[in-house]
Amino acid sequence: MAGFRALSAVVIGVVFAGLVGLLLYGVLVSDRPDREALPSPLIGKPAPSFELPVLHEPGRLVSSEELRGQPYLLNVWGSWCPGCRVEHPVITRFAETRRVRVVGYNWKDEHADAMRWLEQFGNPYWLVLVDYDGRKAIDWGIYGAPETFLVDAEGIVRWKHVGPVDDTVIAESLVPVLDSLGVTP
Amino acid sequence: MIAALLGRARAPAAWLLAALLLVGGSVAAQAVRDAAPLQFQDAAEERRFNALVAELRCVMCQNQSLADSNAQIAHDLRREVFDLMRSGRSDEEIRSFLVERYGEFVLYRPRFGGHTVLLWLAPGLVLLAGGLVVARIVRARGKRPLPVEEEQEW
Repeated sequence: MAGFRALSAVVIGVVFAGLVGLLLYGVLVSDRPDREALPSPLIGKPAPSFELPVLHEPGRLVSSEELRGQPYLLNVWGSWCPGCRVEHPVITRFAETRRVRVVGYNWKDEHADAMRWLEQFGNPYWLVLVDYDGRKAIDWGIYGAPETFLVDAEGIVRWKHVGPVDDTVIAESLVPVLDSLGVTP
Repeated sequence: MIAALLGRARAPAAWLLAALLLVGGSVAAQAVRDAAPLQFQDAAEERRFNALVAELRCVMCQNQSLADSNAQIAHDLRREVFDLMRSGRSDEEIRSFLVERYGEFVLYRPRFGGHTVLLWLAPGLVLLAGGLVVARIVRARGKRPLPVEEEQEW
């Protein structure tokens, strides 16, 4: 009987402590700005293979194989996306460091709108790929804009950020990954 | 969609496009493109599709199923699920297809495995702890002598 009492006290205590811990964890992470961002299952895996048209050169297709050999940052944007406008100066500043190629991924946009947007705010991209109907984006696990991926020279996805990139994200999240990959400006 | 994703846009929702259509302009083509409903061969196919998307979570509006959501990405994913069905994939293959791209989050019924064992067993543990609490209370009461019944007329 004493055994039962002791055991039940332990079970009750553990479950209660577990529940309190869980709720505390929920409270602590609730003010994280990216709390709704889904972790990408693609990290550490090969980037999806694709062949997509180039915004500025109608008729030209660029494939994932052509981008091999050097790392690139893939920045998903659309002219309809307010967050893309917010992060645009940050992406531009980062592109100017010439540390990696910055490839634009124009998602579910209209050609004329996209061209006008780049004309108005500037074009930081080394290349802009177009995914007009958003079909290829599903392979990347893209579910909104902006989203940003880092793909290394071997075509492996190394990093992803959901939502607008800011200077803190670049300095504290992206740059350490670039350092660890040995990517120098 | 609260402040968490402030500045992060879902692809424009259909109602927004509809509103913009009144203004006219270049969005018209997009709205037309999205409006095309899925054409089912028969009722069985439709039932299978509906059962499948009801158990998949919309990745953008995270508390809706793929069936309920009106977000642009939900449109796209429903179309993708439909096309995969048509190409002869099984339900399990379609689920795996989405999990490989968006993570286990898309499943409303997560798979039982090492990383979800706590999720599946937690309700049982809580029930067990509750049962033990009740058992302790009942035992403690059983040991107390019964109160002397008062003479009372009912």
